[in-house]
Amino acid sequence: MTPTQTEVPPRRGTPEDAAPTPVISVRGLWKVFGPKADQVPDSEELSGLTRRELMDRTGCTAAVRDVSFDVAPGEVFVVMGLSGSGKSTLVRCLTRLIEPTAGEIVFEGEDIRDADEKRLRELRRSKFSMVFQHFGLLPHRRVVDNVAFGLEIRGLGRAERMRRALEVVELVGLSGYENSYPDQLSGGMQQRVGLARALAGDPDVLLFDEPFSALDPLIRRDMQNEVIRLHHEVGKTMVFITHDLSEALKLGDRILIMRDGRTVQCGTGDELVGAPADDYVRDFVKDVPRGDVLTLRWIMRPATPEDPLDGPELGPDVVVKEATRAVLAAEKPVKVVENGELLGIVGDEEILAVVAGQEGDA
Amino acid sequence: MTVAMEKPETSGEAKQAPPPPTAAPVRRISRSMVVGAILVVWLVLFAVLRGKQTLSLAAADLTDLHRWLNDVNDSIGANRNSNPLFLYFFNEIRLVIDNLVTFVQDLISQPSGDRPVPQIGWLGVVGLAGYVSWAVANWRVALLAVAGFTFLGLQGLWQESMDTLSLTLSAVLVALLFALPLGVWAGLSARANRIVTPFLDFMQTMPTFVYLAPLTLFFLIGGASATIATVIYAAPPAIRITAHAIRSVPATTVEAAASMGATRRQSLLKVLLPMSKRTVVMGVNQTIMAALAMVTIAALIDAPGLGKTVVQALQSLDVGTAFNAGLAIVVLAIVLDRVTTAASGRAEAARRSGNPLLKWRRQLLVAGGAVAAVLVYLSHTYLWAAEFPGDGGTGSTIAKAADNVTTWAQDHLSGLTNGFRDVITNGLLNPFQTLLTDSPWWLVGAALIGIAVVLGGWRAGITTAVCVGLLVATGVWSDGMTTLASTVVATVLVMLLGVVFGVWMGRSALVDRLLRPTLDAAQVMPPFVYLVPFLALFGATRFTAIVAAIVYAAPVAIKIIADGVRTVPATTVEAATSTGCNTWQIITKVQLPMARSALTLATNQGLIYVLSMVVVGGLVGAGALGYDVVAGFSQGQLYGKGLAAGLAIVLLGVMFDRITQAAARRTSN
Repeated sequence: MTPTQTEVPPRRGTPEDAAPTPVISVRGLWKVFGPKADQVPDSEELSGLTRRELMDRTGCTAAVRDVSFDVAPGEVFVVMGLSGSGKSTLVRCLTRLIEPTAGEIVFEGEDIRDADEKRLRELRRSKFSMVFQHFGLLPHRRVVDNVAFGLEIRGLGRAERMRRALEVVELVGLSGYENSYPDQLSGGMQQRVGLARALAGDPDVLLFDEPFSALDPLIRRDMQNEVIRLHHEVGKTMVFITHDLSEALKLGDRILIMRDGRTVQCGTGDELVGAPADDYVRDFVKDVPRGDVLTLRWIMRPATPEDPLDGPELGPDVVVKEATRAVLAAEKPVKVVENGELLGIVGDEEILAVVAGQEGDA
Repeated sequence: MTVAMEKPETSGEAKQAPPPPTAAPVRRISRSMVVGAILVVWLVLFAVLRGKQTLSLAAADLTDLHRWLNDVNDSIGANRNSNPLFLYFFNEIRLVIDNLVTFVQDLISQPSGDRPVPQIGWLGVVGLAGYVSWAVANWRVALLAVAGFTFLGLQGLWQESMDTLSLTLSAVLVALLFALPLGVWAGLSARANRIVTPFLDFMQTMPTFVYLAPLTLFFLIGGASATIATVIYAAPPAIRITAHAIRSVPATTVEAAASMGATRRQSLLKVLLPMSKRTVVMGVNQTIMAALAMVTIAALIDAPGLGKTVVQALQSLDVGTAFNAGLAIVVLAIVLDRVTTAASGRAEAARRSGNPLLKWRRQLLVAGGAVAAVLVYLSHTYLWAAEFPGDGGTGSTIAKAADNVTTWAQDHLSGLTNGFRDVITNGLLNPFQTLLTDSPWWLVGAALIGIAVVLGGWRAGITTAVCVGLLVATGVWSDGMTTLASTVVATVLVMLLGVVFGVWMGRSALVDRLLRPTLDAAQVMPPFVYLVPFLALFGATRFTAIVAAIVYAAPVAIKIIADGVRTVPATTVEAATSTGCNTWQIITKVQLPMARSALTLATNQGLIYVLSMVVVGGLVGAGALGYDVVAGFSQGQLYGKGLAAGLAIVLLGVMFDRITQAAARRTSN
């Protein structure tokens, strides 16, 4: 049950690779609900129990169990799991909206668990912002007042906060609606207000708690693209909670999969698909179109002496789907080259196995 | 299912299958069979033991407890100004409340100081009423308020109405002073809520009536006691609704504020209170309506106002005068209700309408305020604007018309109404009452406890046993049984009406739209008012009280059942229809069973409402506990008995409430 870090060759600019100081570093985080909850993480015996056993033994529910991860600056870090996996509790623990039971949460070198109430409020006001599944807007305030709410809480003057709010309203594409009331807007637009409210305070980290789960599929896609666009424009660090694998793959630089409060696997999208840690993850990613996620690195084979090595070259991080045409068009197998070094080759056979879905479970 | 699978080898699988599924129905049948058996045993023993150990007590007879209560009353009366508890606590409270009431009365109803008229005359009050209604709500209800208040004057009841209004406003002010902070507290803290809820439950379970007697013990009869009783009665809805409003603010929104670093104060002032404002104003509305109802009833302990006019007229069976004053209460109730209801929706409506006048609102408010001030000044200065002109001719016309209708009804409808009355009285009420009053007390008690255990479980049974024991101890057992009989009969009829109309309303949106306003209006009326028309139709009998109780309680039951039927998921009904159920089958097999918890809740509320009304019926010849209480107010030597009767009413109420609530919990599981 130990969390598995996938063992694959390191690749492109992943955080571990570049190893900058993480923005958020979570170590051994526990959240247990119930009587005498704080005894559970420390107890060798209790902490090893499954959720159900723990419930029967102590009446406690372990929502988050011994979770550790780092989030690099500018990264989109996705936590994915089904309902009840503890992912929403986890994200609330980060700003102590839910008080963690054990572990440490280091944010920019400071353990958030040591912060007193005042410091915590300061952090929430200036460093973190959260976007909620059910928006959490104030129905009695106009859009622009909702967006300015965080600034108002901070004590910013009216003119200043209105100016900033209107800026952000425009950034999320809500111009023209600033004087509407939330219930006059569609769900997608309401979530744009939620997004604008989070951005208004210019936080270092944006936390998203299943922000698009309540939206229609089409609107959801729009909003996902919106997040990608905003990420390009403002470059914030984001922690994104979702239960939707395709959303996780689309947005996440790295993805942490949770089950019953524990980390099952943490890695990039192609790592999850290419090398699932266990059957649970394998089952999860079964229906993902592999060609969209896997890169050549995952399907190349070592060059044998018989292989002609004068074919075209491609990088190892090219997604299979994008390489398909090139590989199939080439007369000879494609060389996968990184920094001038030959890693392997990819021929029609390998490409077709992925695209036609013949390749068995990895 | 598992049973059948575990024993596949036994022969006759077809016969093997049924037992498990029938396990539940068998228990349910057995429950009603046990109730039936209890009733049969009761009837048999009744036939044998009839008239023995009935604990009956004649109207003028007293028990030791009653005499002891009389002594307590006397000694309190003697030591009122020497006992420190009274000197520094009760008397102080009375003084503050008295001053408040007198202050408001001096403003609008009673001659103040050396003036022969109040500080603000009718023109000023009408102007203020219109202005305030317009400011907090809209111009339509402002017109209604002006028209309503003017009508009160035309009825010749200006001063009485203003007395009632003064008491109501004072009580509402004091009630809200406590209720709003308490409500916010109970809304914020689960623990506070747990502490407050049982008290509120108890305060609301007790019939209005019974607050009065003990309060007079501490605060004497008059305005102060009336106001305090009203505060006690009117505060719970505001506390409850405020707490509910705070608690029903979506958790996400509160969390969002916290995630942005809002302090507790900020999230209370900027999120919780603004978002619950609308509901809180509905709570204020409930408090005002409850206060008005209580202020009229408090006439029994000598509170001034319209209630007093009604009580005096009822006691002398003067239907015309009672009707006129009752109508004034209704008008006052409608005005207060409409204005506060509109006020709760105002901000919303104004915001949405995008009315161009909105930006002029401040200027208009100032202008309106100036006009109102001028009217107040005029009414303060000139007699014509201070005393309502005319001699209340409209009032006597109304009274005369009501008298004529009464006479006509008695002449022409007496066959019908008396027939109806006699059928119910002889067919239902008398046998049941005889059964209750002529059985030995221990038999009735045992039967009640048995039924409570079967319907509500052991805890309900224990509560019932305690209540029965205490009922015997009050010494008014026999009267209590008479009241119990009337209450049960009325409740059965209420539930009949409730199921018929509730199902009808629940199934048809059209019927709902047509009936609901009437029901809402009926609930707004102070219970008192209901007695008047039925007194005209049925004369001063027990039956009048029962019919009034039915009319008073039915709207609540109908609404609860209608809502219960409506919350049955449409897909379930659709599924039943698709299997070929006809309408009757859908009602009896799907909608009513699924609305079962609504049915028990309706029974609970129906019983409580009926009980409070049956007791008020003591005024018009219902006798029993209600009469004991009323007589206790007016005759010194019966004071203790009245107090005991009030206690007996509370015991009956608690008993009903516990049994039906326990039954509701059982059915909903």
